[in-house]
Amino acid sequence: MDERQDTFPRLLLQHARTRPNHPATREKDLGIWQTWTWAEVANEVRALACGLAADGFKRGMHLAIVGDNRPRLYWSMIAAQALGGVPVPMYQDAPAAEFVYVLNDAEIDYALVEDQEQVDKLLEAAPSVPTLAHIYYDDPRGLRNYEGVTSFEALQERGREFDRAHPGWYDAEVALGRADDVSGMLYTSGTTGKPKGVRQTHAAFIAAAKGSAEFDRLSPDDSVLSYLPMAWVGDHLFSFAQWLYVGFTINCPESGETVMTDLREIGPTYYFAPPRVFENLLTQVMIRMEDAGRIKRALFEHFTAVARRCGAEILDGKSVALSDRVQYAIGNVLVYAPLRNVLGMSRIRVAYTAGAAIGPDLFRFYRSIGINLKQLYGSTETCAYVCLQPDGGVHFDTVGEAAPGVELKVADTGEVLVRGPMLLKEYYKRPDATAESIDADGYFHTGDAGFVDASGQLKIIDRAKDVGKLATGAMFAPNYIENKLKFFPHIKEAVVFGADRDRVCAFVNIDVGSVGNWAERRGIPYSGYTDLASKPAVYELIRGCVEKVNAELAGEPGLADSQVQRFLILHKELDPDDDELTRTRKVRRGFIAEKYAVLIDALYAGRDVQHIETLVKFEDGRSGMVAADLRIDDARVTPAEEQKAA
Amino acid sequence: MQPDPPLPTPTRRIGDVILSLEHISLAFGGVKALSDITFDVREHEVRAIIGPNGAGKSSMLNVINGVYRPQQGTITYRGHVRRGMDSHDVAVAGIARTFQNIALFKGMTVLDNIMTGRNLKMHASFIEQAIWIGRARREELAHRAKVEEIIDFLEIQHIRKTPVGRLPYGLQKRVELARALAAEPSLLLLDEPMAGMNVEEKQDMCRFILDVNEQYGTTIVLIEHDMGVVMDISDRVVVLDYGRKIGDGDPAAVRGSKAVIDAYLGVAH
Repeated sequence: MDERQDTFPRLLLQHARTRPNHPATREKDLGIWQTWTWAEVANEVRALACGLAADGFKRGMHLAIVGDNRPRLYWSMIAAQALGGVPVPMYQDAPAAEFVYVLNDAEIDYALVEDQEQVDKLLEAAPSVPTLAHIYYDDPRGLRNYEGVTSFEALQERGREFDRAHPGWYDAEVALGRADDVSGMLYTSGTTGKPKGVRQTHAAFIAAAKGSAEFDRLSPDDSVLSYLPMAWVGDHLFSFAQWLYVGFTINCPESGETVMTDLREIGPTYYFAPPRVFENLLTQVMIRMEDAGRIKRALFEHFTAVARRCGAEILDGKSVALSDRVQYAIGNVLVYAPLRNVLGMSRIRVAYTAGAAIGPDLFRFYRSIGINLKQLYGSTETCAYVCLQPDGGVHFDTVGEAAPGVELKVADTGEVLVRGPMLLKEYYKRPDATAESIDADGYFHTGDAGFVDASGQLKIIDRAKDVGKLATGAMFAPNYIENKLKFFPHIKEAVVFGADRDRVCAFVNIDVGSVGNWAERRGIPYSGYTDLASKPAVYELIRGCVEKVNAELAGEPGLADSQVQRFLILHKELDPDDDELTRTRKVRRGFIAEKYAVLIDALYAGRDVQHIETLVKFEDGRSGMVAADLRIDDARVTPAEEQKAA
Repeated sequence: MQPDPPLPTPTRRIGDVILSLEHISLAFGGVKALSDITFDVREHEVRAIIGPNGAGKSSMLNVINGVYRPQQGTITYRGHVRRGMDSHDVAVAGIARTFQNIALFKGMTVLDNIMTGRNLKMHASFIEQAIWIGRARREELAHRAKVEEIIDFLEIQHIRKTPVGRLPYGLQKRVELARALAAEPSLLLLDEPMAGMNVEEKQDMCRFILDVNEQYGTTIVLIEHDMGVVMDISDRVVVLDYGRKIGDGDPAAVRGSKAVIDAYLGVAH
């Protein structure tokens, strides 16, 4: 028996041997949570891998995987690896045109996808992707009359036959795998130019999984909800690498729309979400509290104030006055525990957020009600594993200390450099990019600007290349300002401009849920986003937020000049379908600046109104025009002296 | 883990006539709602009834499912000739319908509403039902499984436990379709399934109707105002105007017919 546990397929076999009846995967299907044990998963993967082999899948080939988080799609990643192939998970909500680039770049010949929607997209892309020869699907609905595509069941059936005809073949293939084989290729989000295929080895992802599992003492009894895009490195670490390294249970929600309900039913012990998910959850709670009865609201307000005062300290095990402890205990029974339950977070031991800055109030809120929310820092190139916050050492504005096995240093330019076993092997077919990002000493250049603060934790300011200067020579860190704006629940997105200009101006996207509710309670009628965004009262509301940010900036060294002097509320929501955001919802500032050049001119020319017409793509693929006369508002700037006096 | 149940074999091959209406006339007092209408419906086809407001479309549907008894004419459904039929018999015969203005139980959840569609298939006695033992329990589990299959089919998992009254209109329409499907009908009557929907909701509904037709082989008779929709999804179309049949045939033929164009564009009668 092969005792090496240095590739994912071998880890799977080991779990199937040592804990065959322990649940490995769950999925809610037809209203019921279905469970597969490790032994069953190992069998499924075996049949699948043999099926692929029977269809001609060879070592080194790439298997594209597209769809929501489905057990079979996770299994197919192990199946590809077992054959020495490379799984390439792709973002399932990308349109066909975007598929073409990745499919061609990765020279995909085999693809396993979730359903008709994805099959249609692949078939649409197929004429431009000459290599694509085999398409398999998981959910047969609507696919009966399709030619040339194969169902998952048929593939597995072929596999079982192949396995019977070639006994021992599968085990031999798994034994051939080496730790330094490429175990997966994940594409960067394309914030900067075309996406690049990041090739990671088994060894790298296992090192990252091992380090983080030991850091947070993960055990086979832990349980996670797998609901973030499979193409994203975070999901690959939490729902795949750690799953196979630790042997805990992953749970796949019924559909994208039922995640909240499923979260509540499963009650995961280990949870990962980008800040916007935490933000949405809190916004929903707040909206519902505002509609609640007076007594409930009073209780909620009183005890959240108590929690704000001492909750986070209690979680960190710091000393807290007895009266506060007693109040907190009462609050826990009346408010915090029920609230955690509603959020589906009753059992959470460790929760992480990453990917973007999280607002201090938001972060503190979750910690104060007893949820151990922490931050980490990493990227696709580092298996999402660079920095982690230890229990008891959590700050909202840092991303943690260097994770076990990771060497971290900050270059003279302010760029963060890292070295360790979790680094990428290479960018696919891009030796130039690989050479550029990994230096002679083996350090990976993250492209992020930051510094290590007094507590020894890393603090990220911005993308290194985004940190610019105003015409006055003062430092200009756009992300930093945008994040401050986005910390307000009413502001969904913000884009600030100011590089080489004399002052800072901003575009704002309001949050329809939050501002809509605010408007409803004030009896302000509106017909949709564009209408709501143009209301004078909404401008007042947003101006208040902008001015608060200005007051904060005035108090920070070197940033007083970065205060937002003028702003406008965009007439449409920024959208990845219109290329304004990346698939991970990061703002593409350069593209937006070009697309809305008219608006920027108007901001800087001092105009009060600007007409604009914009082409938008709807979700069904059609296009249309949105036109509006946008108001431009001035915001009060806090003089740096006044802030000091106050 | 059980494997997914095998899907029903595809049965969409248009078959024999299963419903034929001959010389149907219906009047309310002096008002003639339908005069001398004759047409038929074939197994597995999607048959549309179109016409301007007041043309008699809903009356026609009500005649088919036994709500109205025509004064003249005969209805032949799967070999049985009849003029009228009470609603219970219609349901037993495998005919289900949805309504133009949604008829759901607003205070009940989506799941419970769809469960009511299984009514006819429940056989447990009142006592068994009341204390939920034996047959009642087994039956409920089996029915729930069928209902879940429909919920999955129509992609309404996220609102399973939501009271219907809280749902937007488009989703309520989908729930109504779900309830009709719960009866596992062989003939499904849809009264303006797309009325009041936006483009995206209409597209979804079209896809569901075609999926139902394909997957379960259900014969569908639908009334619809949106000509684009009708032309896209129907196999054959009947056109009514002022209670008379003015056209019948495949969508292309009907679209080109002068009588139909006149009826829609308005010509003095």
